[in-house]
Amino acid sequence: MVESPLQTGYIKHAPGFVENEGPKLITSRFKHTDSFTLDKYLSTGGYEGLRSSLNRLPNQVHDEVREASLLGRGGAGFPAGIKWGFPPEGVWPRYLVVNGDESEIGTYKDRLLMERDPHQLIEGVLIACYALGLSQAFLYVRGEMALAQERIALALDEAYKAGYIGKNILGTKFSVDVVMHWGAGAYIVGEETALIESLEGKRGMPRLKPPYFPAAIGLYGKPTIVNNVETLSNLPWILNNGASAYKGFGSESSPGTRMFAISGHVKRPGVYEVEHGVTTFRELFYDENFCRGIRDDNELKMFIPGGGSAPWFFQEQLDLPLEASAVGAAGSMLGSGAMVVMDETTDAVKACLSVVRFFARESCGKCSPCREGTTWEEKILQRILDGDGRPSDIDLLLDIGDNISPGPYPAAAFSDEGLDAVPFPPSQTTICPLGPSSVAPIVSAIRRFRNEFEALITRRDPIPLSLKVEEVVT
Amino acid sequence: MGFFNEENEEIAKEIVSRYPVARSALIPLLHLAQEQEGWITKPAMEQIAELTDTTSVEVLGTGTFYEMFKFHPVGKYLIKVCTNISCQLLGADELFEHVKTVLDIEEGGTTEDGLFTFEEAECVAACTEAPCFTVNYRYFHRASPELFDEVVVDLKAGESPLSKGCADDQGVMPEHGTLSRVRQQIPQTRSAGIKHPEEIKGPPSWIEEVV
Repeated sequence: MVESPLQTGYIKHAPGFVENEGPKLITSRFKHTDSFTLDKYLSTGGYEGLRSSLNRLPNQVHDEVREASLLGRGGAGFPAGIKWGFPPEGVWPRYLVVNGDESEIGTYKDRLLMERDPHQLIEGVLIACYALGLSQAFLYVRGEMALAQERIALALDEAYKAGYIGKNILGTKFSVDVVMHWGAGAYIVGEETALIESLEGKRGMPRLKPPYFPAAIGLYGKPTIVNNVETLSNLPWILNNGASAYKGFGSESSPGTRMFAISGHVKRPGVYEVEHGVTTFRELFYDENFCRGIRDDNELKMFIPGGGSAPWFFQEQLDLPLEASAVGAAGSMLGSGAMVVMDETTDAVKACLSVVRFFARESCGKCSPCREGTTWEEKILQRILDGDGRPSDIDLLLDIGDNISPGPYPAAAFSDEGLDAVPFPPSQTTICPLGPSSVAPIVSAIRRFRNEFEALITRRDPIPLSLKVEEVVT
Repeated sequence: MGFFNEENEEIAKEIVSRYPVARSALIPLLHLAQEQEGWITKPAMEQIAELTDTTSVEVLGTGTFYEMFKFHPVGKYLIKVCTNISCQLLGADELFEHVKTVLDIEEGGTTEDGLFTFEEAECVAACTEAPCFTVNYRYFHRASPELFDEVVVDLKAGESPLSKGCADDQGVMPEHGTLSRVRQQIPQTRSAGIKHPEEIKGPPSWIEEVV
């Protein structure tokens, strides 16, 4: 591949990562070719956050994390310090489960963190175990990520041998086992209760909440904290530098930095560590320091702001900050930090089908609105694209969506049509958000590009009910 | 006679011992069986059931939920092309058609020589490096039809194509079934001790000594 000047800043051995201007709290080691080894980790300040934690009481470590307002990076954005306080008093044992099952459409960050800096994640796991008073943690890595599994297995072995994990860590009484677990290909296992089912050796189907909130009834029916890879990777920095230093980055409600993956039609797609809550989408897509504009200087048509489950945004939303509450009020979510940018050449119906098909295939089949609904959605969109669409199909798609997510579905404002934003999240008739997620591309695309659907629906005359099947076909 | 060979049976027991409840080892053991045989056979499920204190039907029930487990023989190399939105925007459909033509098989099929199986992949977390395909779950980024052709030439010649893929991943391309080329090993002397959840009544003993 010929490298254009627009494609500078990449680090070859950390594919997609762009080392640009700005604070690097969790990607600081990516530039080193051997960043995944214990030697490199130790020579770059590794395990200092753990040492600093062990010099304090567990509840003081917990306080520091609560004070830092570290928001979960898996999708929901819930503060980690508050989540840690949920296990009911006096119920033991408790477990920590690390969610490394990254598979949301467009999302690429946890894989890099696991491949490039596994010790940072392990140190985060140990700090969390100390603060929570645990003696066992499971690190669930997505099945398809063979290299991440290798790097984590090697790092765990090194850390056990060097006395950072296991019995009497660093000569103290603190003792914890960290076990790597790996999946076998199922998007839904990224949902925390499905992840726990899978870790129990079962089909990865979500559990009903309530009563199965993991912090109360989790792994083996015991209190369990499930944290995302990126969330835990922040802990060494926070314990080393303190909560107030952490809050020196980002905005008040969204402190620190976040990793964002921007893919699709931008000139310099990549994974960027960005100050949380202050940067805007426009800066991210167009600035020299980030993605450097849309390919061929085309017009932006639409973009997904936070993974395939997020309702779409358009040009009008470009000046929103990368901040959870602002994006939520505007009708979508920052979710997993994955942005997919689509230019004017993109077919909205085809893009819609692409995202819907993913959810149809990945539906676990437990709840009928999702199991049946996502399949219907896929088939209807497919027939529209095949030239077999019916005039009633647009309403039918919206009706199926309404069965999965009753009421107004979250959507961006559309001032030309006088439509206001509908805030996130959607309602649901299902146990988990997978079904409702499949409605996002449908409502987004129909609301904005109804004319494109109509143009594809060639059969304008309604089909009389009395007509026989053969007659319809001819 | 069990399914696992002597070495793998030891590994299987070691894996089971890491979990507070044996059934948690079910998915890792299915992977181990697939590593030994390339796919999941009935005798494999029977022995996994014994090792995890379940029935072979429960093993089948769990296993069939996950797409990585194959219950029929597949090729030595499993090629998966991602066709999700980020890859699709940058040429995944063309790559998909190219792979189909070159291998001369339909999606889900295996070549007659038993070398390649071809499948469509759901998002593999390489979205900024689109389009992407994997061979036995090893990544090839920003892939062109030409890159795919080179990888096929290497694999047919018995050479590792890994240096042409993800710059971070080097070495030998394992056969289908092998994921991580290394296994976690917890030294007996270093383990904090793993107990069944019902045997634990209170917080870990280290807390009292720390607080």
